[in-house]
Amino acid sequence: MSVAMLFAALGVAIVLWFLMVRRLRTKPWIEKGTIDLDDGIAGLDAERVGLWMFLGVVTSLFSLFMIIYMERSGFPDWRPLPDPQILWINTALLILGSLAFQLARNAARHDRLSGVKLNLTAGGALTIAFIAGQVLAWRQLTAAGYFLAANPANTFFYLITALHAVHLLGGLWVWARTTLSVWRGLESLDVTEIAGIRLRVQLCSVYWHFLLLLWLVLFYLLITT
Amino acid sequence: MAYVAIADRDHHLHDPQTFITKYIYSQDHKVIAIQYGLTAIFVGLIAMALSVLMRLQLGFPETFSVITPEEYYQYVTLHGMIMVIYLLTALFLGGFGNYLIPLMCGSRDMVFPFMNMLSFWVYLLSVLILLSSFFVPGGPTGAGWTLYPPQAIAPGTPGIGAGIVLMLLSLAVFIVAFTMGGLNYVTTVLQARCKGMTLMRMPLSIWGIFVATILGLLAFPALLVAAIMMLLDQAIGTSFFLPSMLTMGEESVQSGGSPILFQHLFWFFGHPEVYIVALPAFGMVSDVLATHARKNIFGYRMMVWAIVAIGALSFIVWAHHMYVSGMNPYFGFFFATTTLIIAVPTALKVYNWVLTLWKGDLHLTVPMLFAIGFIFTFTHGGLTGLFLGNVTVDLPLSDTYFVVGHFHMVMGVSPVLVLFAAIYHWYPKMTGRMYNEMLGRWHFWLTLLGTYSIYLPMHYLGFLGVPRRYYANGVTDFMPDSVQNANAGITIAALVVAATTLIFVFNMIWSLFRGEKADGNPWGGTTLEWQTPQTPPVHGNWGDKLPEVHRWAYDFSVPGEKQDFIPQTEPPHEGVVAGREHGVHH
Repeated sequence: MSVAMLFAALGVAIVLWFLMVRRLRTKPWIEKGTIDLDDGIAGLDAERVGLWMFLGVVTSLFSLFMIIYMERSGFPDWRPLPDPQILWINTALLILGSLAFQLARNAARHDRLSGVKLNLTAGGALTIAFIAGQVLAWRQLTAAGYFLAANPANTFFYLITALHAVHLLGGLWVWARTTLSVWRGLESLDVTEIAGIRLRVQLCSVYWHFLLLLWLVLFYLLITT
Repeated sequence: MAYVAIADRDHHLHDPQTFITKYIYSQDHKVIAIQYGLTAIFVGLIAMALSVLMRLQLGFPETFSVITPEEYYQYVTLHGMIMVIYLLTALFLGGFGNYLIPLMCGSRDMVFPFMNMLSFWVYLLSVLILLSSFFVPGGPTGAGWTLYPPQAIAPGTPGIGAGIVLMLLSLAVFIVAFTMGGLNYVTTVLQARCKGMTLMRMPLSIWGIFVATILGLLAFPALLVAAIMMLLDQAIGTSFFLPSMLTMGEESVQSGGSPILFQHLFWFFGHPEVYIVALPAFGMVSDVLATHARKNIFGYRMMVWAIVAIGALSFIVWAHHMYVSGMNPYFGFFFATTTLIIAVPTALKVYNWVLTLWKGDLHLTVPMLFAIGFIFTFTHGGLTGLFLGNVTVDLPLSDTYFVVGHFHMVMGVSPVLVLFAAIYHWYPKMTGRMYNEMLGRWHFWLTLLGTYSIYLPMHYLGFLGVPRRYYANGVTDFMPDSVQNANAGITIAALVVAATTLIFVFNMIWSLFRGEKADGNPWGGTTLEWQTPQTPPVHGNWGDKLPEVHRWAYDFSVPGEKQDFIPQTEPPHEGVVAGREHGVHH
């Protein structure tokens, strides 16, 4: 649980630093007149800030799971599972998917529509392949007799991988909407709508990088215990 | 600047066309706030009715044969869970957070209006799931509001079938709803403030709601994790929390799980939850006190810092709820220390509230009465918290009525008094009408004196060792007859307070139609919500042009001014140089 405390302290410290450090010394009862907002993030899009906040929530959720996992894996009745080889392939797929999203983001920055189309579609397809691969891994484990409730190691494996996949599915929902509007063509859209699509591609790439990082940590944890 | 672009973005304005889009599937933060508020108050009244049933059983045991021990525990569980999560959290953040953030920050709406609407509907779904557990076989769960395993899902506890499943599902759904709303509140405060509204010019209500929402976003995942894991334990027989044990003479299937793990998860959420409720209350009571005392809040900067510090500390005190579960003495020492440290910023706030009243021009309106009442109840509840924060004092008191008295004083009565203060304070803005003053005063005095008559005696019962959680005390050596008399008296007071709440409900509904018409700024408030062009504010809040903020939120009774308040939108007067005036101290 000391890890949990460290985590919480770190999270709160970051928030504090982010929010407070420049503004805390002002004396609002003296200052009069309008002041330009220079809180540091005022220039960012709301969607971007919203996404980072959400990533904070997801971090909190998975950190708690990981802490419990580490704690529980030390108990004597822990029977580790064999690690399905397919997980390595899945990991490669997700890395490629994340890479494709990065390429789509770069293409969007330079207004190369064909690059966005290609890479965005590839990124989504690779992610779907990753999820399909995870389902395959579950089926292999079940076939080998490692059932969900048989041992805590099994339960944790299914639970953590499923939760990770659910987060990818949520991302795929945004991905599907963005990809559809890109394929429909941008001719009829005005400047703000195009900027909106560019932003969505960017945020998708952020989200995918985050979920890749999360998967790498989870994967490491799953194969080492 | 980008902040204007976001706050003023027109295509986000989704103007409602029909009755349905205006009042039902509305994306307007004010309508969503009212929907949240009414739903929360509705379930709150159900939870109050449950507490009345509990009190009838305790005050007059063996009189009400309709209340069985199983039902009593179901009432306890649902009363606690509804009050803490579905009433207080939802009303402070979903209700007042939604209503006040855009209005006090000077934005047209939340930054993600669709998600905001979704948040309410998902919340409503969680409430319906919860209430549906009254109608399933076995009834709702009777595990106590903390839902400790193994007893929450072990035979012998009421509602271990569908009841506990629905409870956990409902919590998970609630957390989804809260996350959608919470992301909105935080992002709106950060991104959509109007020109001139720096963080340190925000009213304390917004500071309280803002920090509380961050706490919620970080803490609710712990409850989600606990709920998912217990759901699996119950439904498919995993053993996260279930040790091997003998139940009803048979060895259990599951083994190896850790019940203490659940307690850690629950309280890692549960203690921040106390401040998720308290911080918005701290903020709103500050604004009510300053406005009705016609005086700037004492120590604004310290108030902000105290809110932030309490929020940070609230993550490292959770195990003080678990002293009786047994722990390493150093562990207990650490948590006792952090618990007592948190009293420092909290006491600072209490001092500042009192000093705000000092030599103020007190207007004893109904919201002001409730706000002052809060200072009393919160101080009393907080002081008994210091007792319980010490391991050696907590151990003998933990399972007694002392805890019930402490907890209800600090987390029940105090936030509820602030909610009443806030509802009366903003009622003219929300409805365009005034409440009935006389009924409001009756409501205040009966509530304050009534709740004291309920909870003060409980502390004495606790010192006598009267155990909490018992359906009936029976005959024992250590409880004198006066215990039963006290219990009967408490029940009578509870009945009075419950009836008084109906006066409040009547007042709110009656005034909606028959109340005096209120003007836009009946209290002489400085903050932005009192400066809207229409009352109640219409869709988009501000008409053609967003407000511009020129000063902090507490320019009351400034010397040399004609009025005793200066709205935040008022530019600096001629002769005064705009911008910072170094070296000038008031």
